[in-house]
Amino acid sequence: MTTTGKKTGGLNRRGFLKASAATAGAAAGSGMLGAPMIWAQNIKDVELNQVGPSYSVIADICEQASADLGFRIVPQTADSTQLMAKVVNQPETIDIADLEFWAMQKVWRSGQLQPVEIAKIAKWGEMTPLMREGKNFDGSDLSRQGTMPFEVMYTGGPGDTEFAAGATDHATTMPTIYNADTVGIRPDLIGRPIETWAELFNEEFRGRTALVNIPQIGIMDAAMALESMGELTYGDKGNMSREEIDHTINRLIELKKAGQFRAFWSTFDESVNLMAGGEVVIQSMWSPAVTAVKARGTECVYQGLKEGYRGWGLGMGLMGHLEGIKLDAAYEYLNWYLSGWQGAFIARQGYYSSVPSTAQQQLTANEWGYWYEGQAATEDILDPYGAVMDKAGAVRDGGSFETRMGNVACWNTVMDEERYMVQRWNEFISA
Amino acid sequence: MSRSSGRTPVLTPYLQVAPLALIMLAMVGIPIVTVVLLSFWQSDGIAIYPEFTWDNYRLVLTSPVTLTLFLATLKYAAITLVATVLIGFTCSYFLVFHVRNLKWQIGLFLLCTIPFWTSNVIRMVSWIPFLGREGVFNQALMAAGLIDRPLDILLYSDFAVVLTYIHLFTLFMIVPVFNSMAKINPSLIEAARDAGASGWQILWTVIVPLSRTGIALGSIFVVTLVMGDFFVVRVMSGGQSASVVSAMKNQIDQLFYPEASAMAVLLIVVVLMMVSAILRIVDIRSELAR
Repeated sequence: MTTTGKKTGGLNRRGFLKASAATAGAAAGSGMLGAPMIWAQNIKDVELNQVGPSYSVIADICEQASADLGFRIVPQTADSTQLMAKVVNQPETIDIADLEFWAMQKVWRSGQLQPVEIAKIAKWGEMTPLMREGKNFDGSDLSRQGTMPFEVMYTGGPGDTEFAAGATDHATTMPTIYNADTVGIRPDLIGRPIETWAELFNEEFRGRTALVNIPQIGIMDAAMALESMGELTYGDKGNMSREEIDHTINRLIELKKAGQFRAFWSTFDESVNLMAGGEVVIQSMWSPAVTAVKARGTECVYQGLKEGYRGWGLGMGLMGHLEGIKLDAAYEYLNWYLSGWQGAFIARQGYYSSVPSTAQQQLTANEWGYWYEGQAATEDILDPYGAVMDKAGAVRDGGSFETRMGNVACWNTVMDEERYMVQRWNEFISA
Repeated sequence: MSRSSGRTPVLTPYLQVAPLALIMLAMVGIPIVTVVLLSFWQSDGIAIYPEFTWDNYRLVLTSPVTLTLFLATLKYAAITLVATVLIGFTCSYFLVFHVRNLKWQIGLFLLCTIPFWTSNVIRMVSWIPFLGREGVFNQALMAAGLIDRPLDILLYSDFAVVLTYIHLFTLFMIVPVFNSMAKINPSLIEAARDAGASGWQILWTVIVPLSRTGIALGSIFVVTLVMGDFFVVRVMSGGQSASVVSAMKNQIDQLFYPEASAMAVLLIVVVLMMVSAILRIVDIRSELAR
């Protein structure tokens, strides 16, 4: 190319065609994504800091995006709690924050985030109604116990620090990943079917159960179990009254003194080790932790239960200080996120994408069938890094996307009586 | 003294302490002042408002949890202290009075420090596969026919927590005790023996009193380390027990910084009282100057 160019002393016809086609392609591409066109020269200098929990901010995804988009996405992981503190106290250190929906309840009112203009998100219309409309697959309303994503999804517009009751033109965050959580079990050590949350507190498993030591999640798992034992019916497990908190914690203390629990885990690896080491046979767990236990060759099932799942999800928030070319780049990144590559990547970790249709295009039929449709794998299922995580013939625990996400009983949340709840939780742990 | 008294000599000591004083002010003074200030401010679970309130202290001081937490932590500190003093004193005694060869003495002393070549976390976590239900120790006991089902008490229990503390912190006792024992003039012991003292009498009336500076220093290390810990408690008790700092961590995780600060101030007060009690029993300054 260059040699021919030099020979003719200028741009030859072929080169010119190629260059203009590329420009046209880029223009068409960005037009398609609904983001304004950005001059390639400037955008190369853009660097966006994406901060969020490790299950959402993944270096491989950021690298792929940087390669596809031509500017740099810098991943940085932080626990949800650290991230909330950063968003409020050091907003300038973040460009894009991956926030849990329950965290939005706390940080949105700080006014440090700017709303996402829905008109600039090309695939918003294709987004699952779970997130976009707060509706279940059959059109019914989703459970409102806890922080249902829809409740924190919309806002009036720039500068509004409240949530809107219905859909508006401005989203607080752009939904990315979500999942339905339940308990992990060791079927080989239990040896009988497990169908209800009440089993968590069954005397049969005395000393062989565990709860997560994150107060607002641990107490909800406990509430699921107490409710299914028929002890009491909560008005809202995601927003308990003081009496409900007292009852729950008092029962937990009784159970603890009776030796029901082996441990209360705080980190991912603790939960994996408890399960893989045979210390517990049934416990609160995250989906990838179950995968990690399986990867060690130990049988472990993420058991769907009849009372339903505890749902959670994350959205990407734009920090208030983003403007000009950086803001444009951020919108391009948001649009890239929904275009399929990321959706397929996280599907292989067991999470769902907010736009499943684009993820489907990037998954094989076998993968789509296994992860989303609850069908038996026709060949080995690989995790995002290429390791075998389930054999041909295996079926995903809990079944299809519809049966899992369609059966969410409550959502991860923060309660109005949170301060009191944390204090009582500390009492439980130290009892 | 009088002849050399000019402007410079007056300033010299101040200049000499200035670097350390400045570092302490920046690294210790400012953070503590911040924590104290924070403990009087208000928060709504996310933002903090600089408005004076006693609420945080009211919450901390009236809650029965606080007392439970402090008692639990003090219990850990007391057991750990007794065990580390016994082990630390015995090891130092052996090194100083039984190992006569200086090379051997240094060699064995270095041996004590070998665990410190790896990280604290690794040393702690390595107990887990050893003590677990399917761990090495339980399997060995079962193979030997001593027990027929695994002992649960070995891991995720107070036993595991205290064991780990002792493992991690004994060296902090050995070093100062060894140091003060090594300073004991051997002729004192010879004199005691010549005067007809028995081995126990020498130990109790000569060596223990002369080692007390080391024991006091070591105690300060061990007590403050245990009182300030949350990680060992969390991991080794499997979250089943809490300490003052682990409860603080729960509050911080929920962004209740002012409550956590109030708890921190309370902890500082308690630890200061403990340290000053130790210093009252042993006048470390005068002993070190010896």
